[in-house]
Amino acid sequence: MKDFLNDWGITAMVFLPLVGAVVMMLIPKAEEELHKTLALVTSLGVAVIGALLALNFDWDKSAELQFVVDKSWIEVIKARFTVGVDGIAMPLILLTLLVVPLVIIYSWNHFPDPVNPKAFLILILVLDTGMLGSFVAQDLILFFVFFEIVLLPMYFMIGVWGGEERQYASIKFFLYTLFGSALMIVSFLALFFVAGAQTFNMTELAALVQSSEVARTTQILIFGGMFIGFGIKVPMFPFHTWLPDAHTQAPTQGSVILAAVLLKLGTYGFVRIALPILPDGARWWAPIIGGLACVGIIYGALACLAQTDMKRLIAFSSVAHMGYVMLGIATLTDFGINAAIFGMVAHGLITGMLFFVAGSLKERFHTLEISRLGGLLKQAPHMGWVLGFTAMASLGLPGLAGFWGEFPAILSAYNPAPGLSVGLFRFYMFVAALGTVLAAGYLLWLYQRTAFGSPKDEFAHEHVHDVGTAEWIAWLPMLVLIVLLGFLPVIIFGMTSDAVEVLAQALAG
Amino acid sequence: MTPAVLFASETGAIAAESAGWFLKNAWVFPAIPFVSFLLILFFGKRMPKKGAEVGVAALSLVFVCALAAGAQWVSHVNSETGGHGAEPSADTTHEDDAPSAAAHATVKAEVEPGAEQAEQVHHVVHPVVTEWKSDWWTIGRIDFGIGTFVDGQAVMMLFVVGLISLLVHVFSTDYVAGDIRYTHYFAFLSLFTASMLLLVLANNLVMFITAWELVGVCSFALIGHWWEDQQNSNAALKAFLTNRVGDIGLLIGMIVLFFTAGRGESFNIIDINVAAASGAVSHTALLVASLCLIAAVMSKSGQFILHTWLPDAMAGPTPVSALIHAATMVVAGVFMVARLYPVFFSGLSIAGSPINALAAIGAITTMVGGSLAFVQRDIKKVLAYSTVSQLGYMIMALGVGAWTAAMFHLMTHAFFKACLFLGAGSVSHACNHSFDMKQDMGGLRKYMPRTHVTFLIGTLALSGFPLLSGFWSKDEILAGTGGFGLSEGANGNYHLMLVMGLMTGAMTAAYMTRCYWLTFLGEWRGADSPNAHHGTHGHDDEAVAVTVLAHHDDHAAEHDVAGAHDSHDAHDAHAGLPHESGPRITVPLMVLAALATVASVANIPAAFSFVPASWRLRFEHYIEPKSLYFPKLDHSEFSPVIAIISVVASSIGCALVVLYFRKVQAGDPKATELTNGPVSRGGLPKLAYGVLVNKFYLDWLYTDVIVATVKGPIARGANWFNKCVLDAIVIGAATVSKRIAGFTYAVLDQQVVDGVVNGSGIKAAETGGFLRRMQNGRVQGYAALMFGATAILAGVLVLAI
Amino acid sequence: MWLNQFLLLGALLFCIGVYGVLARRNGVMVLMSIELLLNAVNLNFIAFGAYHGTPVGQVFALFVIGVAAAEVGVGLAIVLLIYRNRSSIDLESVDLLKG
Repeated sequence: MKDFLNDWGITAMVFLPLVGAVVMMLIPKAEEELHKTLALVTSLGVAVIGALLALNFDWDKSAELQFVVDKSWIEVIKARFTVGVDGIAMPLILLTLLVVPLVIIYSWNHFPDPVNPKAFLILILVLDTGMLGSFVAQDLILFFVFFEIVLLPMYFMIGVWGGEERQYASIKFFLYTLFGSALMIVSFLALFFVAGAQTFNMTELAALVQSSEVARTTQILIFGGMFIGFGIKVPMFPFHTWLPDAHTQAPTQGSVILAAVLLKLGTYGFVRIALPILPDGARWWAPIIGGLACVGIIYGALACLAQTDMKRLIAFSSVAHMGYVMLGIATLTDFGINAAIFGMVAHGLITGMLFFVAGSLKERFHTLEISRLGGLLKQAPHMGWVLGFTAMASLGLPGLAGFWGEFPAILSAYNPAPGLSVGLFRFYMFVAALGTVLAAGYLLWLYQRTAFGSPKDEFAHEHVHDVGTAEWIAWLPMLVLIVLLGFLPVIIFGMTSDAVEVLAQALAG
Repeated sequence: MTPAVLFASETGAIAAESAGWFLKNAWVFPAIPFVSFLLILFFGKRMPKKGAEVGVAALSLVFVCALAAGAQWVSHVNSETGGHGAEPSADTTHEDDAPSAAAHATVKAEVEPGAEQAEQVHHVVHPVVTEWKSDWWTIGRIDFGIGTFVDGQAVMMLFVVGLISLLVHVFSTDYVAGDIRYTHYFAFLSLFTASMLLLVLANNLVMFITAWELVGVCSFALIGHWWEDQQNSNAALKAFLTNRVGDIGLLIGMIVLFFTAGRGESFNIIDINVAAASGAVSHTALLVASLCLIAAVMSKSGQFILHTWLPDAMAGPTPVSALIHAATMVVAGVFMVARLYPVFFSGLSIAGSPINALAAIGAITTMVGGSLAFVQRDIKKVLAYSTVSQLGYMIMALGVGAWTAAMFHLMTHAFFKACLFLGAGSVSHACNHSFDMKQDMGGLRKYMPRTHVTFLIGTLALSGFPLLSGFWSKDEILAGTGGFGLSEGANGNYHLMLVMGLMTGAMTAAYMTRCYWLTFLGEWRGADSPNAHHGTHGHDDEAVAVTVLAHHDDHAAEHDVAGAHDSHDAHDAHAGLPHESGPRITVPLMVLAALATVASVANIPAAFSFVPASWRLRFEHYIEPKSLYFPKLDHSEFSPVIAIISVVASSIGCALVVLYFRKVQAGDPKATELTNGPVSRGGLPKLAYGVLVNKFYLDWLYTDVIVATVKGPIARGANWFNKCVLDAIVIGAATVSKRIAGFTYAVLDQQVVDGVVNGSGIKAAETGGFLRRMQNGRVQGYAALMFGATAILAGVLVLAI
Repeated sequence: MWLNQFLLLGALLFCIGVYGVLARRNGVMVLMSIELLLNAVNLNFIAFGAYHGTPVGQVFALFVIGVAAAEVGVGLAIVLLIYRNRSSIDLESVDLLKG
């Protein structure tokens, strides 16, 4: 068992969804139930493999890569199939493993138009492969390939199953991210040539760049390319404009996956690739990243206050929340990076949940126009409670998951890594703390307008179904985790802290 | 990182067994109501009393435990101050402290000079700290742990919170009976109690913040209990958001403390206090931290300028106002200052100074709250502003160094203010759920004897009537200011604070007399009395949510005193003349009134030599920490001069109001204001009145200016920026790219590149057209070609060779 | 030399065959002419084989005979099909490959 996991575990986890997708392609479209079952079983199978990996993971050595497989892949360009898992990747892998089956369960009877479960579920499975692959890849080209694989299914999901302006949103999403990817691959290639040993292996590159003392200017330039590539994916202000459109137009499932996992590819890229390989570049860029993160926090919150559409509001709240994550990363300290990884998971759960609720509301009321909603607590009390709970989690209430992403990030800005301007980062700390007020403002205002009061006349006499079985099954694990991570943040911090400490020490110089 | 261990071993003399079970296992206090919360939330609706029984039972248990803890604490203090030198042993129970033991030694050595403390050893009372490590939050080598920190202050709060919460639970079973969200109401009461107890017992700042926010959420949920009405949800939002503004200060202040006093590795309150008290931390850091934390105090404890949410919070059910917005949650800020007192004491240089930020804010708040209470016509708002004012007193007391006085006032205030609030609830219960004193009350003395007496006691206690509890606690605060050398042994000489405190005392007596008069004296002006429908409102433009559900059928005969108050429905039907409330309402009132009377014996001044010494200053003896985590304070003596001045001031305030109402009601016993008073004549009084009625325009500033600007122009601006600048750049880039693409396509591609491609294609086609003629499809034609070509090739071959 | 006679005979046969292939309109006659061509080649193979004293020529000739048999089989089948479709085996009318 252990041997199998060591040699094949990660590969099996990453490619099992693809196998499932291929099997589903062979089955006629009409067999909808079969497709659903098959997709669910596949995603659960993936989750089981992932769980086995997590169980066999040596937590005492979480700073090291484990289950490493290093095989020849494209010899000509020295790209290798190198995968492995360490404490930084583990939480995000587990998040992905959780979210995908839940999305499939939620889909059970919530397929957006045009229904076609076969194609929809195949896309989700392909996405699964892409996301997991990105988190385990230890080779730049391999990472890039998985990073790009993710784009296609999401493009089709938005473009086919999306809302009114799906064409516009999907193209914008695709091209914007692709633009970032282009700069990113240029950076990767530059690294390949600059580092001197012609390898794409991340660990080797990090060591090489350290020892060969690549000129600081070069590092800064290469980091710049990655910054734009990853920053667009995060998304950081001012590269965020694709996000509200994509979120608003995407089907619920797409929004959930987008918010829960896809955005993390960007921040994960920073932590996994940009920071360890280019510490000098990171130090130069950190004040800029921190500044943009703070602008994003305030700006996203303000934009939220102006929104009239619930989904768009939640999308902008993502900009603000990812701002905290980026601020944590920008401090280059172990506190900050730990907080960032926690923030990624927490944001995935909480914002994913908010999108689930928004999707269910849309299904019931056929609108997400905030001014038309109201009195949800009266018409569907359970859903109102879930929304209230999630909003509280999202505004960073201590005792729930959101707090542990925000608070340590703010905390870390008080004392950034050596070499960074303390005064500037303390100012960032203040701005970020100010953002918590605005976050409470827009979330509670949203809650007041949607859940409190009485239903508007047009829906006053409509019978609204409260949370259904499939919804409960999909939501409960997330709700429980939000509480659990809030009470026991050590679940995530325990996974990440060793690996992050190593990283932070490297960054401290 | 627990110096508790450290000075336990250093100074020795601790008998672990002297700390009772409840002190070492204080986690039960928050745990009981939390379990009750879960039970009520998930099973409450299926229970016979809809979950109320669980809440009442849980709180009874908490109260009993709190009493036990109190008794154990008293014996703990006695055993520690008794001077029996026991062998060194830690009173700190650690589940897992082995790895950190080494680290303690160094911390300890810096913190404590060691043998020089020998003299102090007698007086050290060790707090009981219980800590669990390694299952809370760990980053690298830093483990913040989770644990309880019990000392006199915490025990006192356990008692106050347990008692008031229990009484409020009992009161609520009658008061909110029949409410649509009865079960949720009790669930949130339980959750609130759990959070409040957690806050009281927290041993590190992260737990403290957690509990601090949780009580805020409960407050939000309970203020917005009747969320159908937008006014209520607005008030709830206002409360939460105002508190969030203060929380910026809390977060930053705590972070500063973590990195300075906690050396970047400890959130432990004792660690931080010891470091701050030892002078090892830079003064600037402490000053910044305390100023930041003051912002949090301002919001949570309703200090000027962030107090505006507190009066609005009266939108919640009255028992909630009594519990959360008078007795417990709003004193969290006071509690926090008291908890981190070394930080404030050194940060603000309280000792020996004439003024500091904390004292100034407290003093201003007392005055502001007191003045605003004058113009309210809603009885709950009078009490709310009075709460603001009294909280100002407590903060002022902490600001001038009168720690014990502040805590004592916190306790007595909890008793009499809860009594007043619940009394107001009882009154409103009788007056068709109206809180409008001018319109729906008056002359209730006759109808509600028990409520009347208890309310009167509360009023007197609050106004500082001699010998009642409020008198003593207020007097201690005034003496603690040390103004004009009127009292001995104060920490500073805060002349201004003394003056403002005295003026507020007079104002308090005055507005409470007004409130009492309007409610209980005069004649009944309620909806049921003839010719008094919606009496003369005068120029009072205060918007009061008046819900007059008056059923005009005459039910005068049915207003029984003791029975049948089981539901609102039943009750509303009785809307006739007011009547006394049932026992579940009046008994808590009587308990609180009794406590408001006798709590004065808790801290009899040392100067009263006719009382045995073992009865004097008990509160100070048991509650005030005597340990390294607390600054060395001086204690002011009882000052007869100040006591006399304050009584005279209060009497004058009271007398003026009595004279005023005598004059007002001389002609018409139902009149509530002078028809030709100074206010109606214009000029300065009218201006002042306008300012007061508009609450110093702070609400206008916050809601209409700040919030509206952020929500309106700024948010829209950000959105516009997003749409018209950032997105425009993206779209502009797309447009330009499209233009370039158009050019590339039409000119470059179609004409140049494609020209080449097409040209070669056309040529190829032409050649093909010529060649196709050979492709006639006839086999023999092909064969002929083949042979011919072969012949030619053969010929060439032959010729070439 | 006696080799010349065989070569001349082969050339003659070849020419007859070429004439037949190019000039006859009957498909069967064309096939037969192809046989003539092949046999002319065979004659040369054998002649050269004998001249150089190796059996290779004969091997090739046998091989060609085998291929020719197959070719005639396929060719006749095609002709038969053409006849079935068009009731004629006139090659002038079969020009489907005309470009």
